[in-house]
Amino acid sequence: KCPRVSPVVTLCYCFVSPQIRVKPDNTGVVTDGVKHSMNPFCEIAVEEAVKLKEKKLIKEVVAVSCGPQQSQETIRTALAMGADRGIHVDVSGKDYENLGPLQVSKILAALAKQEDAQLILLGKQAIDDDCNQTGQMTAALLDWPQGTFASEVSLEGDKINLVREIDGGLEHIKINTPAVITADLRLNTPRYATLPNIMKAKKKKIATVKPADLGVDLTSRLEVLKVEEPPQREAGMKVETVEDLVVKLKEAGRV
Amino acid sequence: MHYCWELVLLPVPTVMAGLFQRALRLRTALRCLYDYSTLSRSTATLSPVDFHRPFLTCSSEQVLASTRKLHAGAEGSKVSPSAAPERLPFCRVTEEDLAFFRKILPGRTIVDPDLVEPSNVDWLKSVRGSSEVLLRPQTTEEVSQILSYCNSRNLAVNPQGGNTGLVGGSVPVYDEIILSTSLMNKILNFDSISGVLTCQAGCVLENLSFYLEERDYIMPLDLGAKGSCQIGGNVATNAGGLRLLRYGSLHGTVLGLELVLADGQVLDCLSTLRKDNTGYDLKQLFIGSEGTLGVITAVSILCPRKPKSVNVVFLGCETFEQLLKTFQLCKGMLGEILSAFEFLDSECMRLLNTHLKLPNPISDCPFYIVIETSGSDPTHDAQKLHNFLEDAMTSSLVSDGTVATEEAKIKALWSLRERVTEALTHDGFTYKYDISLPVERIYQLVTDMRKHLGNQAKSVVGYGHVGDGNLHLNVTSPSKDPALLAAIEPFVYEWTASCRGSISAEHGLGLKKRNYIYYSKQSQAVALMGNIKAMLDPKGILNPYKTLPDNLKQ
Repeated sequence: KCPRVSPVVTLCYCFVSPQIRVKPDNTGVVTDGVKHSMNPFCEIAVEEAVKLKEKKLIKEVVAVSCGPQQSQETIRTALAMGADRGIHVDVSGKDYENLGPLQVSKILAALAKQEDAQLILLGKQAIDDDCNQTGQMTAALLDWPQGTFASEVSLEGDKINLVREIDGGLEHIKINTPAVITADLRLNTPRYATLPNIMKAKKKKIATVKPADLGVDLTSRLEVLKVEEPPQREAGMKVETVEDLVVKLKEAGRV
Repeated sequence: MHYCWELVLLPVPTVMAGLFQRALRLRTALRCLYDYSTLSRSTATLSPVDFHRPFLTCSSEQVLASTRKLHAGAEGSKVSPSAAPERLPFCRVTEEDLAFFRKILPGRTIVDPDLVEPSNVDWLKSVRGSSEVLLRPQTTEEVSQILSYCNSRNLAVNPQGGNTGLVGGSVPVYDEIILSTSLMNKILNFDSISGVLTCQAGCVLENLSFYLEERDYIMPLDLGAKGSCQIGGNVATNAGGLRLLRYGSLHGTVLGLELVLADGQVLDCLSTLRKDNTGYDLKQLFIGSEGTLGVITAVSILCPRKPKSVNVVFLGCETFEQLLKTFQLCKGMLGEILSAFEFLDSECMRLLNTHLKLPNPISDCPFYIVIETSGSDPTHDAQKLHNFLEDAMTSSLVSDGTVATEEAKIKALWSLRERVTEALTHDGFTYKYDISLPVERIYQLVTDMRKHLGNQAKSVVGYGHVGDGNLHLNVTSPSKDPALLAAIEPFVYEWTASCRGSISAEHGLGLKKRNYIYYSKQSQAVALMGNIKAMLDPKGILNPYKTLPDNLKQ
């Protein structure tokens, strides 16, 4: 007997570029023309959801992304990996710049209620802002249990067994459904989206909604004061003797 | 890096000296003759374990000659065409010579055997020289002084870049002085409007790539050895690589060279002009000359802009005919953004799975294609790619595939092609062939070779730059096998010659393939090459025993 769990997988559309430059006015980083694609941890979340569906433990996988028009591509990738349908929450311009974990989690909470979702799977954090907050906030807003930094997930009846990667080692927990799970690196290796599936994905539906339709207020509680590059790394110094080292350390006020 | 401990000769009593001399002569004779068999030619590869180099140089020429005759007489055999010829009568390095070098290259005249050793052995660990001197100049002027001196003293010189060549062209055969360009690694100029990069010959290709990428440009060539190979060596061997399909060969992208000729004369052809039809284009002669006509000291090269959108597609085909049709379709629909079209066969995939634990991203197919597109507009490129893939799939040319658009995935897909060489080294001793053929016939050679070798070989794989008509045919066996080699050669060269193909598409001739030149070039052409060599290097001190065949008398 398989539980009728219908997960919602949320995808981050974030920038993946090796070179980041701060905007001249120090209000943020340059995102124009920077390559955007699916957050690697979210990819792992999608893979986990598709795996669960293949094991017939869940009914349907819905992929969600919040962002401008281009974030639909990320949803398409998820569909090509095996998600059944997509929801694109259209956020662009200034709203998108101010979009943070709090706003996204409000959106997800609203969607979860709307879709009657039983499981929300996300990546543990986005690699552009490294917030690691969305999963936790969503669980709080819905008053659902949360299993974060998951490296193993298994469904047992209407409960979920989870192994979490924590600083001290591995933690085994059991939580009720509905729940929020955030994926860590070792949960799985995402599959490549193969051509036949990419073609099939084109026929799958992506619905577009606006945050206002979900009754979500996007105002940010944060104000970015300044964004700066970290100080340039200075060259080190070589000294010949231990005495020299001590002198230099004293000079630098370190000793 | 493998180190082979030298025998250090201490002053010994006469009795011992006599014994040692005999052992020395025997070793010398073996060293000159390499492997041989009465029946057929075998490859002239030294395993680093078999031959221990004595620290002192060989004894006299006469001893060499007599021992060679002795062994030849005893077996009555022919010597392999890829074996080294006898040592030519160059002078040997003396203390005086070392004093001169130390004066112009203080601290950069290396004679410590441990430090010289890595430069004596090639990347494949298949050939070893016995040079005792490694010179590391930093400027063109120093190279000029070295060559001028060596020319007057009749000392042979082996120019060496990154030492990543696969035909034994980069290491000494005997005691040639190794002239390393490794310290000549300055970038001299980059013009961001024209995209012309000027740099010294010792710049590592990958470092140049990093430098250019920060400025929104890329190098026009890319190869697996990029982390070690140097641009001077790339030019000297006319390296091809993965991007040749899109940006052309070095004959087109190199705009100028600065060279030092055999007599020390500096030839400054370091132009940065795109067009210059004033007289004979001398640099073309040196591109691909493998260090035998002059030592390249600086290069100016035209670099393309870094593409804004790069996509990599990994496809699977059932037959080679379908692969070729896919290539045609690809050229038609993706032509202007196509930057690479490579293939590998299922045997390669098996080796990647087994030895490097790299998983197949798609289902198992007889042939795999790696296609790369590079363009200026991601949306346009995605659309073109989408149309192409749809066509390829609906017409069943392609049975499976996957697409990558970001860095990490692109690297992962490329590694399936780039690491085949590495996987082969884990499979056993590899016999490598780099052949140019008419594109339709490329895989036929692999199939024929498999049939021809039967169970003698462990693996027979084919992969390479199918877009350029260049096949890399590799045969592995658990260990070096002269009988297997006899079965492979000259079969592979005769097969190639029968299609008027090239027995060395991009690897060059070096030591190993110099005598096979006639399979792909007419004797008149080779004779003219000999004349040019004699004119530019009358004493023949630049990289002797390489590139030109032995029977070409100067």
